Formats: sequence, C-alpha cells, structure tokens
Amino acid sequence: MTKSFDILIVGIGGQGTILASNILGEACLREGRHVKGAETHGMAQRGGSVETHIRIDGEFGPLIVPGTADLLVSFDLLEALRYSHYLREGGKMVVNRHMVLPTSVFTQKIPAPKEEEIAAQLSRFAPCIIDADQIAVEAGSALAQNVVILGAASWSIPLKAESLLEAVKKLVPPKTVAVNTKAFELGRAAGTAP
Amino acid sequence: MERQYLLGNEAIAHACLESGIGFVSGYPGTPSSEVVDVLRTVKDPGYHVEWSVNEKVALENALAAAWSGLRAICTMKHVGLNVAADPLMTSAYTGVTGGFVILSADDPFAHSSQNEQDTRCYAHFARLPCLDPAGVQEAHDMIPAAFAISEEFSLPVIFRPTTRICHSKGDVTLGKAVPNTRKGEFHKDPRQYVVIPAHTRILHKKLNEKQPALKKRLVELGFNHATVAGKTAVIASGIGASYVQELLPKGVSFMKIGAYPIDEGWLGEFARKHEKILVIEELAPVVEEAVRQVAGCVPVFGKINGYAPYEGELNPAIVAAVMVKAGFLKENPFATRDAVQNLPPRPPILCAGCHHRAAFYAMKKVFGELAIYPSDIGCYTLGLQLGAVDTTICMGASITVGSGLAHSDATRDVVCTIGDSTFLHTGVQGLMNAVYNGANMTVVILDNRITAMTGHQPNPNTGLTAAGVETPPVSLDALCRACGATFVETIDPYDMTGMLNVLEAAKAKPGVKVIIAKQMCVIVARRTGVKRGRYVVNPEICIGCGTCVRFGCPAIEFADKMARINDLCSGCAVCARLCPTGAIAKEGRK
Repeated sequence: MTKSFDILIVGIGGQGTILASNILGEACLREGRHVKGAETHGMAQRGGSVETHIRIDGEFGPLIVPGTADLLVSFDLLEALRYSHYLREGGKMVVNRHMVLPTSVFTQKIPAPKEEEIAAQLSRFAPCIIDADQIAVEAGSALAQNVVILGAASWSIPLKAESLLEAVKKLVPPKTVAVNTKAFELGRAAGTAP
Repeated sequence: MERQYLLGNEAIAHACLESGIGFVSGYPGTPSSEVVDVLRTVKDPGYHVEWSVNEKVALENALAAAWSGLRAICTMKHVGLNVAADPLMTSAYTGVTGGFVILSADDPFAHSSQNEQDTRCYAHFARLPCLDPAGVQEAHDMIPAAFAISEEFSLPVIFRPTTRICHSKGDVTLGKAVPNTRKGEFHKDPRQYVVIPAHTRILHKKLNEKQPALKKRLVELGFNHATVAGKTAVIASGIGASYVQELLPKGVSFMKIGAYPIDEGWLGEFARKHEKILVIEELAPVVEEAVRQVAGCVPVFGKINGYAPYEGELNPAIVAAVMVKAGFLKENPFATRDAVQNLPPRPPILCAGCHHRAAFYAMKKVFGELAIYPSDIGCYTLGLQLGAVDTTICMGASITVGSGLAHSDATRDVVCTIGDSTFLHTGVQGLMNAVYNGANMTVVILDNRITAMTGHQPNPNTGLTAAGVETPPVSLDALCRACGATFVETIDPYDMTGMLNVLEAAKAKPGVKVIIAKQMCVIVARRTGVKRGRYVVNPEICIGCGTCVRFGCPAIEFADKMARINDLCSGCAVCARLCPTGAIAKEGRK
C-alpha cells in the first residue's frame, strides 16, 4: 500500500466543510502533490452530519477507512466524537469547542452528552480543542470558523502553512480575504505546534 | 494541460467542453446534478442547455440533437433512467449520427436515493455500450472517448459514474475546451427514425450485428485491460478497481473492466490462465456473471457464492475483508473500529424557516393522526421526521398512491404532498387521473418555485431557464384546473391561520382538492438578500410548554426548561404564531 496522509473533516451541513476541502486541494496543487477526496452532498446539506475525506498523496480510492485517519478536523464538538473511530492510534484531532445540539434532542427527547462528557471521552486522543467562534469573531466574522480551525490544524497537515494560506486567499470570496487571512493566522496561533 | 482540484462531476462537465458539446439536457438528481449545473453557467456556451421537466423528456430532446449530428449529453440519476427507459430502449435501434452520451449516475448505499439499482443492467438490456470509470481522472478521460465510440458505432453510449466518482475530488489534468463547430442538420430517413414493426425488425438485427466489433473495440481502447502476474486473479470494475489496486498483493493477476459489453473471448483467455478468480464490483454481479460464463472449471469468488455483498457501497475495508475471506489476502490491514454508540442522531432536516414545515404542521393539525399522508421525492420527504410522510416510492407517485389509497380505504382522509418540480416531472398525470376517476383526496403542492433538494435548479415553475434567461413560468393553478380540479387554492404557508382555514375547507368537500402552498425556499431567500429579522423568546412570558420545540425547527432549542431561538432563525414567524402565550416576538419589539 502507498502511504497517503488521510484527513477527515466533519461537521454540520452548511459549516463550510467543502470550502475547507477545496482549500486543502488547492494547497496540494500548489505543492504538486496528488490529492483525492470524497464529500457529502445532497440530503446531508440540510443541517445533517457531514464528512469529507481528503487523502494527500493519495493514488487510489478517495475513502478513508475507520481507524486509519491521520488527522480528524471537526467543526463541532459532538461530531468529533461521532467520527472519532476514524482516527488511527496516535492520530491528531483538532476540534471546535462549539456544539450545535441536534434537533433530535428536542423532538425525540434523546439525551445529549454534555460538553465536559464529550471532552472527557475525546481526551485519549489528546485533542486540540479551540474556541473557533470566538476567534472568528475576533478576526472579523463568525462565518470564518472553518478557516480558524484549518489554521489551528495547519501544524498537523503535511503542507506548508504558506500554501494553505495562499489557497485560503484564492478560494474565499474576494471581499473576505482580509478577514479570512486573519482567521487563519489567529487559528494557527491557537493551534499546537508538534 | 491544466491541473485543478475538481469534483468528479466538474471534471466530467469540463470533458464535455473538451469534446465540442452541442446539446445538454438533464433532470437534476443526486449525485448527477453538478454536470449540467457546471455546463449551464458557461458564458457564451455555443450549445443549447436545458433542465428538462423529466428524464424521458431530457433523453428524447438530446436524442433528436444527436440525430441532427450534434454531440449531445443528457444526465440523470439511476432512478431517473427508469423514467427514460422507454426512449432508451428504442434509441439503441434508431442509433445516432452525432455522439450521444447518456449519463446515469448510480448511488450504491443509497446515500440519497430510494433504491440501489445498477445502470449497467440497463446497458445490457438495451444492448448499448456502457463506460464505468474508476476515478475522477478516468471519468474525465472517458468522456471524449464515449463521444467517439458513439459516433464510430452510431449508438448512444451510457456513462455510469457512481456517487464515489461524482462526489469525489482529485487533482485532475484537463485538456483544452473545444467550441462546438457543428451545425445541427436532420436528414430524413424514416427507415431509421420511424420504428414501425417493418423497420424495427431490421433495426434490431443491425443492433445485434454491432455487438462483436464493439466488444473488441473496448479492449483495443484499453478500457478493459489485464496484467497476468500469477496463478490467481482479481477482476474489478468501477471504483472497486481503485480499492483493489491499493490492496493487491504481488503475484496476483489483475483485470480492470471499465466498459461493457465485455469481449467473452478475451475474458475467457484470461480466466483460463488462472486457478482461482475473485470478482469485485458494486451493486449487481454484472462482471461476475460474464466471468462465470467463460471460466469453465476455474472457481470464481464473488457475490453469487456469498463472498461479496450484493447491496451497499464498497470501501477498502470491505474489499480487504472479501479478499481475506476468498484467500487472496493473508490478513485484513484494517482493524475493525466501532463508532461511539448512543449519540443523538443528526439526520438532514428541513431548514430553519422552511415553509414545508409549516404546511406539514397545518395538515396534521387539521387532518390528524388517522389521515394517510403519501409523499414524494424532494426536500419535503424530510417531513418523515414530523410524522407527515407515510409513503414515498418514486417521482410523481404521491398523487397516484394517494388516489389508490383513497379508492381502497374510503374511511380515512388522504392528504398527499408533492413539490413543484416533482409535480411537473410526473405529478400532473396523476392529478389528471385522480380527478377523472373520482378520487376523494387533498393534494398539497409544496411550491418553493425551485428544485431545492438537488441544489436549486430552475424548473418551468421558476421563470428562469437553465441558462438564466427569463421565461414565463407555468401557472400551477391553471394547470391544476385544466386537469379538472375545481378546488384549487394558493396560500402562503407562513400564514398559519389562512393555511388552517383552507385545509378545513378542503376537508369539508368531496373530490380532489388542490392547495398550492407557495413561498420562496429559505435558502434562495437568504441568497437573494431577503431579511425578515430574527425572533426571540421573552423568558418572562415563556412557560416552557414545548409547543414551539415540537414544531421541529432547528432554530428553536430548549434549555433550562425554557425555549430559546438560535442564530439559524430566518424570521418566518411561524413559531410566534404557534406560541400559546405570545412569548415569541420579533427581536427588538416588545
């Protein structure tokens, strides 16, 4: 088997997983690396749980097998737990502390785990948990949370931070380049260097 | 040669541009929709592009373009091919002069589909060539070849990507776009294009005579190829071939099938060189059956003898498990990992402020739990979670199933729901039939003036063509009246009182009653800059009764025994109308 670096990005429909995937793909192109990915479309975009697979240096299929991801990036605390079985032993995890409660909690009265309970369950992965919403607001827009998290995760991605930032600048709406640049930099500062 | 990180569908669309495409049609369906969505946004395209009302219409339009010598593509998903099956079967007889590609995207695991059928079976049934890509780059590269094969054999070519091709991404090397330089010209030839029995008997023979050369050509073109490396062999097709290549141990022969029909002579020669063969493919055992026909005494492992699953999507872990079970791999390199159990599910739901939710709420309020609620294919199928969807079969079947139920179980009210796009797709015939045959039922057309589920494609109710040109929208009211319905009311479902009143009026009357619940899709509204303001709960008035939370809007949460409205609020105000104590009001107002 060839070795690719496998990243799973998860979150809730509408949080910008596809943009994050495009940023990684664009950064790979800039570095002349092969990249494969698979993403959730259609129904899952209606506020459902979404997952995007990205395999840097991937040569074959786009899917990551549970237990083999090198990095899990989650835009929501609960979704990080839902997909945590994808991570390999020793894999890295970068997670937004923010959590959106699923509507099923209210309509079907399904108990939801508390923030501390989820953090405790995730602790064996030594996750980097960051307040992306707060940092995004500081950068100028709450909508930039995905770029904040990407910045925080950039330490664990085998691509140059400059390539990622250039990709961010190319792919976000032109009006928001300054905000997203700041979001990426603040996110990177909030992340943990290995 | 440019490299881009592209979605499979985007790469396919670009390949159409590289092929000098002259005509594009389709009906949106996940995972196929982005192909036309990309082609319809090309500036000064030099080709006709349309979202057709359904797949049969799309195929027939594109077929005529291909009869006129243009290169044409029509796109749909696998279940859409059922709708287009009628012209498909005969198009194989008439053939084409310009290149004609029928893209039918399969959805193993039914990520967003009502079944898991295999388009390759239709290709076999119609005796048409079918190309089955194994990755994004190959999907791109196969399209120009598909047009060339179509023109070489004067046959429509079926192109069958799966969800993992359409919605996966890769670094793709693109060629140069070539503008369409052909001028469509239809040459009359009734013996070719008029399928009366006398002509069709000859055409059928001609179709059959094309098969041997076609099979040989697909091998020559390299879509079906093999490497002999040992005494055992794996034969794989589609995305499954990519998974196998990642896992294949040294000393095992490999054959990749990328095109059908498969040349039996060539396949048999390969099979006889081996002592044991494993076949890996998604959905139906199409390759496996071909292999079994030529394998003689060579044992074949696959779906038919229980080594591989018939249903669901493959992934590298499943393929590894099959390879281990059949003795092609010593051990599974992937450890089994179980997901964390008992987490609250987060399925897709109707958006915050979606007017379908209000319509479902009103329907249930008036007609109650005992009524039967047939529904259809679209966003509103998600009304299942609101307990307002009792049946879903296929596009257009809500009204037909509804009238069938009404004639069969006369003691219960039947209230069916169908979207505007679906109504125009195949709902109209059902309405005509229900009225004509005297059903007693209420039809609620959930009209958001767009095909929302698949990504907001316009339909004849939108007032815009695929190319963005303004055009007179269909009058749903006049159309329903023309079908014979006399009770046809259009209502804004955000107006809860009005909606309840019109439903009560419908309930009191016999016959087929049509209610058009019309309001802009909230996603479209947000994109076009509609700002209604946000709503908030006054904690001094809220008694925590939960009425608003049970409405099921993702913008309403329950915390500390009280309701709270979050950032998702789009200002539809329906919850404010439902609140029994008047605790919900527009932000900034008391």
